[in-house]
Amino acid sequence: MTEVYTSSIINAPADRVWARIRDFNALPSWHPLIAESRIEGGAPPDQVGCVRDFRLKDGGRIREKLLALSDYDFSCSYSILESPMGVDNYVATLKLTPVTDGNRTFAEWSAEFDCAAEAEAQLVADIGDDVFQGGFNALKAHFGT
Amino acid sequence: MVEVRRSTVIDAPIDEVWRILRDFNGHDRWHPAVAVSKLEGADHTDQVGAVRDFRLTGGERVREQLLSLSDKTRSFSYAIVDSDVPLNDYVAHVALKPVTDGTRTFWNWHSKFRPPAGREQELAALVAEGVYEAGFSAIRTLLSGQAAAQIAGSIEGQAIMVARHGGPEELRLAPVQVPPPGPGEVRIEHSAIGVNFIDVYCRTGAFDLLQPPGIPGMEAAGIVIDVGPGVPHLAAGDRVGYACPPVGAYATHRTMAADLVFCLPDNVSNEVAAACLLKGITAEFLLHRVHRLKAGENVLVYAPAGGVGRMLCQWASHLGARVIGATSSPEKAEAARAAGARDIVVPDGRSLEAQVMELTNGQGANVIFDAVGRDSFAHSLRSLAVCGHLVSFGQASGPVGTWDIGALSARSATISRPNFGHFVDTPEKLTRSTARLFEALRDGVVTAGTTQRFPLADAALAHRALEARQTTGSTILIPGESA
Repeated sequence: MTEVYTSSIINAPADRVWARIRDFNALPSWHPLIAESRIEGGAPPDQVGCVRDFRLKDGGRIREKLLALSDYDFSCSYSILESPMGVDNYVATLKLTPVTDGNRTFAEWSAEFDCAAEAEAQLVADIGDDVFQGGFNALKAHFGT
Repeated sequence: MVEVRRSTVIDAPIDEVWRILRDFNGHDRWHPAVAVSKLEGADHTDQVGAVRDFRLTGGERVREQLLSLSDKTRSFSYAIVDSDVPLNDYVAHVALKPVTDGTRTFWNWHSKFRPPAGREQELAALVAEGVYEAGFSAIRTLLSGQAAAQIAGSIEGQAIMVARHGGPEELRLAPVQVPPPGPGEVRIEHSAIGVNFIDVYCRTGAFDLLQPPGIPGMEAAGIVIDVGPGVPHLAAGDRVGYACPPVGAYATHRTMAADLVFCLPDNVSNEVAAACLLKGITAEFLLHRVHRLKAGENVLVYAPAGGVGRMLCQWASHLGARVIGATSSPEKAEAARAAGARDIVVPDGRSLEAQVMELTNGQGANVIFDAVGRDSFAHSLRSLAVCGHLVSFGQASGPVGTWDIGALSARSATISRPNFGHFVDTPEKLTRSTARLFEALRDGVVTAGTTQRFPLADAALAHRALEARQTTGSTILIPGESA
């Protein structure tokens, strides 16, 4: 099992950051790598079990299933059903925690998955740096420093 | 139920913050609200179930129990067991997480408790501001102070730090900055460090040679890294040793006054030097300067199998004295005989003085080396020959107490109470003493004896063994050796 963990501080209250990322269908509106997204079967995006089908700007297509959503913990977990990445048993969690000192947000994005040994280093870099840190950088740019 | 949650970001790597926070008994070193913290019923601060007894700066007492501790998630939980502050059913959780974009640390502190009706807001504010936020600021100040202490040219070393007087558990390995040598100073990389019983007295506070926070230890051997201006007798690469106050030897590196440091001859290894410099110099000045031992004198040595005692037996017998060892067990008697004691007195129903008088045909001992103190002093006085010399150089059993010097007239006795420092406080005295010691080591007159080694990080184990009398011969610490 491979683990990836990325965390950051975003200069806005956790409820405001959560409002921007809570929608499971809203990746294109805040993440720079995502071109378009839809929820399969027209389900509401906060229905646990719903599936998002999205396309990356480089053309790759990924289907992910919402496993857990908590407005209490500001957290969201999902698994990959289908992707060109070459990962199995991929489960990720995106979670926000308030930093009371300064009314900021501690954001964590982590994933666990299985993959071919020779692909591991590249996948860890792609997921940790491009997807997770890339998403945090976009949030930091949006909310300012 | 009231819930309090406070969190912050500390501008330091998570391991640095965790090193401080994981010490459940360490709040009195950094938290402004805690005056004293003591551990009850446990030897180790990382023992789950341990109870810490706080006295707050306001005078209140709070006892808290460690419920969980995780080095994996860098978190711990604790509950208040009883308290002068009415925080009923209080359970708190502290967790650190790394902020991976930058080397910072997210710190979350969360608790729930049941305050008495009407005091919810007051007690929630006390916990949030007086405890959690005050703790955040204190850690921030502590870490920024440590950063400021990183002087240019310093070497990152490690040392056993005594943060306060107490048991062996107060001996903890910590990073230290070892500054470049100033005028008259030398910087040494230690290879071996001697452990002596005086280090225990420094740790407990019985002797005031170590003011916490401080590094114990009085003897070591190693290699000179660099020297400051005005140090003609040492150069980088020299193999050196020292044995004297001030304390500070339990460290990988040390910067200190150069005139306390001398070169080691080729026939004395670093480990032998660390094991026997302090004891050997002590034996040297006791036999040559405090008392000028003459051939044919009757000498009584207490603890003749111990560190200094064994060397006294070896050296005194070589000088032609008749050595009597006073010890407690057949094994130690054997070791004392091997070191040159001609006779041994052991407790056998007769008094020590009666046995000494019998062995010396009623003359008594011309000189007695007594580091036992309270329990032996009266016997020593009665064991002396006429015009005998009682040298009291330690107090392992406690202070000797107050005596009327009229008691000395029974033997026209002389008493000495030498202080190690006065015999090595000039380079001339030190050179004379070490020259004599190195010669005696070279000729096999005195030997280092058996040596027990511990890694520097395990200084606490070494002290436990020493205090439990589980060691034989000398004890040394080796930096960089793993447990």
